[in-house]
Amino acid sequence: MGNKVLFKIARTHVYAKRKQSVIASLGVTFGIGTFIILMSFMTGLNGLLDGLILNRTPHVRVYNEIQPSETQPITTNSEYPNNKFFHKIESIKPKAARSSIRNSIGIIEGYESDKRVKGITPQVSARVFYKSGSVLLNGNLLGINPEEEARLFNFDDYVLHGSPTDLKNNSNGIILGAGVAKKLSLEIGDYIPMVNPQGKEFKLKIVGLFQSGLAEVDNIQSYANIAAAQSAAGEGTGYFTDIHFKLHDIEYATQMAAELEDLFGVHAIDIHRANAQFDTGTSIRNLITYAVSITLLIVAGFGIYNILNMLIYEKMNDIAILKATGFSGSDVKRIFIYQALLIGLMGGSIGLLAGFGMSHVIDNAPFETEALPTIKTFPVNFDPWFYIGGGIFAMVTTFFAGYLPARKASKIDPVEILRGQ
Amino acid sequence: MIMAKEELLKVRELNKFFHDPTTIQVLRDINFDLYKGEYVSIMGKSGCGKSTLLYILSTMDTDYEGHIKLNGINLSQQSHNELARIRNEYIGFVFQFHYLLPEFSILENVMMPALKLGKYPRDQIEHKAIEKLKLLDIQELARKKATQVSGGQKQRVAIARALINEPLIIMGDEPTGNLDSKNADTVFHLFKEMIEEFNTTLLIVTHDEDFAKRTDRIITMSDGRIINL
Repeated sequence: MGNKVLFKIARTHVYAKRKQSVIASLGVTFGIGTFIILMSFMTGLNGLLDGLILNRTPHVRVYNEIQPSETQPITTNSEYPNNKFFHKIESIKPKAARSSIRNSIGIIEGYESDKRVKGITPQVSARVFYKSGSVLLNGNLLGINPEEEARLFNFDDYVLHGSPTDLKNNSNGIILGAGVAKKLSLEIGDYIPMVNPQGKEFKLKIVGLFQSGLAEVDNIQSYANIAAAQSAAGEGTGYFTDIHFKLHDIEYATQMAAELEDLFGVHAIDIHRANAQFDTGTSIRNLITYAVSITLLIVAGFGIYNILNMLIYEKMNDIAILKATGFSGSDVKRIFIYQALLIGLMGGSIGLLAGFGMSHVIDNAPFETEALPTIKTFPVNFDPWFYIGGGIFAMVTTFFAGYLPARKASKIDPVEILRGQ
Repeated sequence: MIMAKEELLKVRELNKFFHDPTTIQVLRDINFDLYKGEYVSIMGKSGCGKSTLLYILSTMDTDYEGHIKLNGINLSQQSHNELARIRNEYIGFVFQFHYLLPEFSILENVMMPALKLGKYPRDQIEHKAIEKLKLLDIQELARKKATQVSGGQKQRVAIARALINEPLIIMGDEPTGNLDSKNADTVFHLFKEMIEEFNTTLLIVTHDEDFAKRTDRIITMSDGRIINL
């Protein structure tokens, strides 16, 4: 009952000062609206950019790499121990090693049933030359399991024409890099002649084109089935150059990479090490978004503070009379806090709606870029938490903006006002 | 005139100082009692401390030395919130300048202290408020805004508001100071009716000698002292 009358007084004050109330709440509207738009758009963009790299990046990648020889031949001679003699042998060649991963089947079988693992795809990388008449283009033919790549690493997002299934259904098929296709004027259905470094010539049928958005990849890379790539490399069925792991939780990547190196003596790199710059970029973009939005809301808070302060000067007499008729200081404080919250509620909810509307407009605005073939409109993230968070923040800001003037109002001495007249 | 001599207000050794800019004693050793149903006026020259005394008795001014008992409650021992509640329930106020809340209707203005008290449901409070307005012969103003009525009418609304919680005591700080003699006369009789109807006590600070003469008792003050009870 008591609160109801306080709320009614607050509501009447807000309504009586319509103009100021609307202006004050517009501040909140702008703050919250901008917050929603910024957050939706920025995180949408972040998601897109991260996805561009991270979605198709394996969480753990097992590969083989030519390494410099760790031990120099002379050190194996016990007559010249390392700590007593200075070994100086120049131009030591790295050990010739097979580029395939040792025990690749064992790794795959061992981890396929691991709870942390979402999927494992082996790959075969074969160096080839794309041939057109007398022109030879450097290329890299990647043998993949098309459906697994699509499921785990969004491979299909980058396939412009055709689909990963087409590749799977055609054992002599190839999904050609868009750059290569353009240079050689090739289309789907054409055969592309290729030569491997050993000089063996072969042809694959183009079943699709792919475009990653990175020109240096699109001009070189093509995808074929594993068997086709193995044969292009002149190797047998056990030959794999890469094993890609996708995990359920990316946090286990580092741990798992170390484990693989330990257990199988292979090279394994996790996503954090491989793409550290993306984590940093994302967090900095988020930081900027939050900083801008919070600044806007604080500015809106000052607007409310100002208007309530003015209102309290105008309402001195009313405050005195309320106190004289038995309203306590905390009642008066509550009246003004309610006013601030009402303004915040009005401005905040309009701001949320406006933000939602603008986000929709942005979401439908055309955004076509060479780099992102599957994206047609701007990416917008409609995360409900932005709306919940924005709403809460609007109320918290207006509460604090109202609290100081309200406390001042609660301390007004009615005697001074009543006697002053 | 006075029915049963039931004590309502007891003031003992009340002293009050102003400290700004220099310390001045504005009330000196005030002692007096008020009984239920009494019609008392306080007179004295400007600056003699009569308004200061009234604001202390109203519980709004708590910066004093001495003891005040209202209806058996020791006021000097109460918290601010408790004092607000006491003021709300037991004390009605009428000022020289009517002091209505301008955004609200006459009816809402009258209802406000009762809504705060929260003793009765809203419809009952509204009924009571209309009754009070009828008593003061201004029921036709109920739906008007406070800014739409004349000065004399505003003062009646303020009186109706002071009555809404049926207080034990009504205090007035020159309630007729702003009114012509006809309206002042009406206010005097209204207060008189309150006493007859509710056994209310009235304590009125006034400069108006005609008004004061017609009350039961005049307390005269000079230089912060009561010189005549």
